[in-house]
Amino acid sequence: MDVQTWTYIIVGFTFLIYIGIAVWSRAGSTKEFYVAGGGVSPLANGMATAADWMSAASFISMAGLISFMGYDGGVYLMGWTGGYVLLALLLAPYLRKFGKFTVPDFIGDRYYSQKARTIAVFAALIVSFTYVAGQMRGVGVVFSRFLEVDINTGVIIGMALVFIYAVMGGMKGITYTQVAQYCILIFAFMVPAIFISIQLTNNPIPQLGFGDTLTGSDTYLLDKLDQLSFELGFNQYTEGQKSMIDVFCITAALMLGTAGLPHVIVRFFTVPRVKDARSSAGYALAFIAILYTTAPAIAAFARVNLIETVSNKEYASMPEWFQKWETTGLIAFEDKNQDGKIQYLADANANELTIDRDIIVLANPEIAQLPNWVIALVAAGALAAALSTAAGLLLVISASVSHDLLKKQWMPDISEKGELLAARISSAFAVIVAGYFGINPPGFVAAVVALAFGLAAASFFPAIILGIFYKKMNKEGAIAGMITGLGSMILYILRYKFQLFGATTPSEWWFGISPEGFGTIAMLINVVTALVIVQFTAPPPKDVVEMVESIRYPKGASKEVLEH
Amino acid sequence: MQKQIEKTERSQTSTTSSSEAKKHYWKTNLKYLGILLSIWFVTSFGAGILFKDTLNKITMGGFKLGFWFAQQGSIYIFCVLIIIYIFLMNRLDKSHHLED
Repeated sequence: MDVQTWTYIIVGFTFLIYIGIAVWSRAGSTKEFYVAGGGVSPLANGMATAADWMSAASFISMAGLISFMGYDGGVYLMGWTGGYVLLALLLAPYLRKFGKFTVPDFIGDRYYSQKARTIAVFAALIVSFTYVAGQMRGVGVVFSRFLEVDINTGVIIGMALVFIYAVMGGMKGITYTQVAQYCILIFAFMVPAIFISIQLTNNPIPQLGFGDTLTGSDTYLLDKLDQLSFELGFNQYTEGQKSMIDVFCITAALMLGTAGLPHVIVRFFTVPRVKDARSSAGYALAFIAILYTTAPAIAAFARVNLIETVSNKEYASMPEWFQKWETTGLIAFEDKNQDGKIQYLADANANELTIDRDIIVLANPEIAQLPNWVIALVAAGALAAALSTAAGLLLVISASVSHDLLKKQWMPDISEKGELLAARISSAFAVIVAGYFGINPPGFVAAVVALAFGLAAASFFPAIILGIFYKKMNKEGAIAGMITGLGSMILYILRYKFQLFGATTPSEWWFGISPEGFGTIAMLINVVTALVIVQFTAPPPKDVVEMVESIRYPKGASKEVLEH
Repeated sequence: MQKQIEKTERSQTSTTSSSEAKKHYWKTNLKYLGILLSIWFVTSFGAGILFKDTLNKITMGGFKLGFWFAQQGSIYIFCVLIIIYIFLMNRLDKSHHLED
């Protein structure tokens, strides 16, 4: 069977599963809609969190990014996993004990202020919309490459599917589809990795093959890669080229951002007890680690394969996948010196090959000549990754509108039924907006991902941590902190990423820190501002101090669920 | 001193957790967090970034050690840290009768 038939069969089958789950798990109350009734098992929640977290970027782009960045790619690996340690130790258990529906809920109650709640809603909406646009685009791209439909048609199919299970099932539907999506995406990621690891190093475990010798020789894979990179004029693969302070700050910003992302945090509201919140963070990281320790191995394998296949070879002798991906524009060859051979070099003037980083995962099975069903599986996996993240984000958006704005501020008397309907309408509306951005992607989608993490790090993370660990933190301090943190982050991005106030060069970055890493500094600005302001303003009221006291002890969390 | 220890022990064994026991619970929690987060920092930011050049002089199989920490080792250690945390906290909840 050809790739296309396989893709229709496998993708169609996975979609049927998602729809089946949606029908089975319709939400009947706001509690089911926002937090899946609060009765999800930690294992299921761990899987759902992993799928929620691993987006089209993790599945499609990350291994490719690392492949071209070498050592520097570690910022994503450490940054996007290390945040879970913070989440498990500093946030999840306490927020679970607090036991409401959303992150702005916590900010609003802890800082006894509608203003604080509104700022949190604002931050949650920007972060989530930024993110979801990228996911919808990812769905469209996968459809167009594997099923040869128009990108826009792909986006609309994706929208329709998310619409069915997110609008009907809310968090309940999303949780159980995410469990299925995790299984599909991890299987799809591991199968080609294992095949390629065996091909290259004769070791079936990619994490070990990564540090093993190449089949039929005594040379280690990574030594070979360092040598190949060096010969072609690139930096040594295991060295990288970013400055140490930048690597440090980007890693920290991604960690703090991860721990502050609302769509990840809300997942911990769905389990029954504090204990379960802790263990589901553990399961989540373990499930994520499977992909995140395999990705750098794939990156190295693919880099070796790619260089060996193309470098200094006749263009006419290229395998079939080369032409196929040329037509999609992901790989481009320009014979500058007219010798009919491909020169792939670091020197931009002599280099004749441009490669999109996404090709590393998407074309990897073809480059390694794996069977057609594996190629189709990758398509299904990429769709699972994009759809699961999109659904989680849409839920945050709809809960922000129907719960944090409508119920908590504008229409406190709204009935349970009314709020549920409002939640459904706002999530339907969010699907349409997300789809619009997927079809007409703003040129800055890739750039704003840094903004999303930076914003989460600069706003939510310090406000929540101080709220839990510093009883005296008051609303004035928290609000001032969030505003200065968010403000400095936005200004830095506008100035150095979008060049809004005149052109800038990387040499002008503060302390050599890139916009991607500035979230760390913005977070510190937030904390310092908050700690200074709190000295000069009134302490928080007694009931708030009692609330902070109570979230520190796990007893009673499940009882509160029943009484909700 | 003797008296204080007795007092803490008594409050830990009584079913209604007194404020003394709660204070002790929170202090122990903070101690665990301090230790675990120090390890978290040292393995990722330390071994993977700040000291990677020194560690890269050591190799483990085909891996330079600093590179390995940045792309593999830190992630494994993160998982282990959370597992240890879960174990410690569950034990702490039980000993203070604060489990749910």
